[in-house]
Amino acid sequence: MKDTTADGVALTVSGDAHPRGYLEEKGFWSWVYTLDHKRIGLLYLYTTLFFFLLGGIFALLIRIKLLYPGQQIFSDHMYNVLFTLHGSVMIFLFIIPAIPSGLGNFFIPLLIGARDVAFPRINLASYWVFVAGILVILASLVRPMDTGWTFYTPYSAKTAADVTLLSFGIFLVGMSSILTGLNFLVTIHKLRAPGMTWHRFPLFIWGMYATSIIQVVATPVVGITFLLLAMERLFGVGFFDPAKGGDPVLFQHFFWFYSHPVVYVMILPAMGIISEVIPVFSRKPIFGYRAIAYSSLAIAFIGFLVWGHHMFVSGMSKTANIIFSFLTFFVAVPTAIKVFNWIATMYKGSITFESPMLYALTFIFLFTFGGLTGMFLGALATNVHAHDTYFVVAHFHYTMMGGTMMGLLAGLHYWWPKMTGRMLSEKLARAGWLLTFIGFNVTFLTQFFLGYGGMPRRWAEYPAQFQPLNIVSTAGSWILAAGILIMFVNFIRGLYTGEPAPASPWKGLTLEWQVPSPPPTENFEEIPHITNWPYGYTKRKTDGYE
Amino acid sequence: MTKEHGTGYGIYVIVWIALLVLTGATVAVSYANLGLMNVAVALLIASVKASLVALFFMHLKFENKLVWTFALVPIFFLLLVVGGTLSDTLFR
Amino acid sequence: MGTSEPKAVSGANPGEHAAHASPAVTYEAAKLGIWTFIATEVLLFGGLFTTYIVFRTKFPHMFHADYVHLNRVLGAVNTVVLICSSLTVALGIAAIRKGKQGMLRLCLVLTILLAAGFLVIKYFEWTEKFAHGLYPGTDVFFSLYFMMTGLHGLHVLAGMLVLGAVLVLAGQGRFSESYHTPVEISGLYWHFVDLVWIYLFPLFYLIG
Repeated sequence: MKDTTADGVALTVSGDAHPRGYLEEKGFWSWVYTLDHKRIGLLYLYTTLFFFLLGGIFALLIRIKLLYPGQQIFSDHMYNVLFTLHGSVMIFLFIIPAIPSGLGNFFIPLLIGARDVAFPRINLASYWVFVAGILVILASLVRPMDTGWTFYTPYSAKTAADVTLLSFGIFLVGMSSILTGLNFLVTIHKLRAPGMTWHRFPLFIWGMYATSIIQVVATPVVGITFLLLAMERLFGVGFFDPAKGGDPVLFQHFFWFYSHPVVYVMILPAMGIISEVIPVFSRKPIFGYRAIAYSSLAIAFIGFLVWGHHMFVSGMSKTANIIFSFLTFFVAVPTAIKVFNWIATMYKGSITFESPMLYALTFIFLFTFGGLTGMFLGALATNVHAHDTYFVVAHFHYTMMGGTMMGLLAGLHYWWPKMTGRMLSEKLARAGWLLTFIGFNVTFLTQFFLGYGGMPRRWAEYPAQFQPLNIVSTAGSWILAAGILIMFVNFIRGLYTGEPAPASPWKGLTLEWQVPSPPPTENFEEIPHITNWPYGYTKRKTDGYE
Repeated sequence: MTKEHGTGYGIYVIVWIALLVLTGATVAVSYANLGLMNVAVALLIASVKASLVALFFMHLKFENKLVWTFALVPIFFLLLVVGGTLSDTLFR
Repeated sequence: MGTSEPKAVSGANPGEHAAHASPAVTYEAAKLGIWTFIATEVLLFGGLFTTYIVFRTKFPHMFHADYVHLNRVLGAVNTVVLICSSLTVALGIAAIRKGKQGMLRLCLVLTILLAAGFLVIKYFEWTEKFAHGLYPGTDVFFSLYFMMTGLHGLHVLAGMLVLGAVLVLAGQGRFSESYHTPVEISGLYWHFVDLVWIYLFPLFYLIG
């Protein structure tokens, strides 16, 4: 990175006064009490990445168990516990909070030209409520959960596992999510820099805005659902108990009213990251800005209309089945709009393949794959065949891990220099990416075939005919683990010995690249006045940049 | 810094009296047996009362479009969760 | 590197945030924040309202047979109590907008007392139900009754704590004609608690 003037934007680089920017102040308490959105973002990131590794270990154990049909290594109960822990940890403690609360916290104020979020103290509270929720969930593991991450009644109301305590823990985690979403909504509405109009937002902000709406509107419903589940266990209120006139399917309605929109809490911020990365590494203005921006809102909205497609075989009414199946296909429209616009952005661009771009391209490839297999599952007739098979497992790992996770990794590699003030090793990053990409596909592509062949998910046993593909899948999980290990080695190495990062290593035009790396506590010396959108990239020429 | 809305004590007292009268009315109607109309009347009166509280006590009448949006959007989503669930439970 | 010389980072100590927005923006943000919070509360209660509607359409006879066990008079009294408390909060805000500190404190004290009165009446209602062997879990109607009024009661309790904190601040003379954001936003929350009860009252006490 020898040239420093990116497309005519003057860059302010880190001065000598505070070379470590917001990281200047050291010590335990400077983190516990911090009101700085950047530090809170980092706290969230470290916490969620820790749980990603933990959830990954559970996944590896599941895959080892599935090397052989029949009862091996773990008891059946232990297997139930393992896949429940894997799902719950990954969903509630990693993939929901990681991008919004982690990268969102760090970058929303920077990207809109604000000094902090609207309510810094609520922001800090949301982190500690999150931690409190984690502690309660951990306490519930004395009698570990074995219900699957969906906690369906009636089993969850009767199991010996401590679902009551667990419910309160998840309620707290949800409350933290609500507070974060609330903070972001108000921040985006009220704290924009002068001239930062809605159509000058970086697209990550549009993604985060749509995400925050979902967090605020959907999370309370799952909050009350888990409270009712706890009440069911404590007082036998009977709402979900057929013996008392209750309706177990009602639990599923409430659960999916949250848990379907929440997959867009996972994917919309990731899509926002991709919308940032693609134009930077293609050196072209984003194509179809408004289409990408509005499609985020459209996805958030349509996402609320389709929760019933998780319940086609639950005994739900035919009317509801047909309505939900019909509406499900509309989600594909705004999603495809995004994909087409990203590809159009890259068309005739001068693309370079640094690690953030590699992850962004991986996102597009894998997420499209995952999204298209969703069509099979959204259609009523094929759903009945594929429901609760490994086809579903493969589908949501392609969308969640191939989508959200790759988006997060694109974001981490893209913003790492900004967050830490140090560069990552590009060589390690590429090695990590290659192994992750190969490992991921070997692990999960096979599961489409397993599911199509009829292997049910969540069963500890399977017929011997499925063993060869299971062995391939497990081998893939080891390649994947190796890739992620290299990635984390790179992160840790980067923290301590990475080269100091320039203010704008990728020549990005969004506001965060115009402050030093790492940014000062106040973000901006002077709040910038915005006069244009942030995507005015021009193509590389052989003699440098235009 | 806050805009004075011209809401003195008077308007609040008037709204308060209206709320008390409506409460009396809804209780009185509940003693008459009107069948399903009981439900309709009770909910109608409740909604009028809720509107009065929101418009005057919560100053919604004097707020800008943004606050109105934030106030109304959750009601839409509430209708959505009710409607979606009923599309199942009413047609089983 | 870079085209502009590095400038010294602003004088504030790291970790100490300078006021980042004007008071007007802070007020507007707080108001939007509490409306967003109310939105989440609508959906929190919304889950229970949905449950109510689902079971009411499923068991109309149970609801009709059960609602007569509730005390309509006490319910109406409690409605009046909450409406009065809403008035006192509204008057308190009107008072501080005119800079009248004493009137604000009086109104807050009255509001908290009325809220306490509401909970006391609720307590007698609940214990009377328990005495007649009616518990959460007796049937779906009473489960709903206890869950919904219970959750609402928790909100009343939380409102008392919030208003109590505002009262303490008011006692310290923190509020004035020009600054009273906490009074306004806690007031908005309190009106919402009233609003929920406005629906709970007919749903349980008046229509069977």
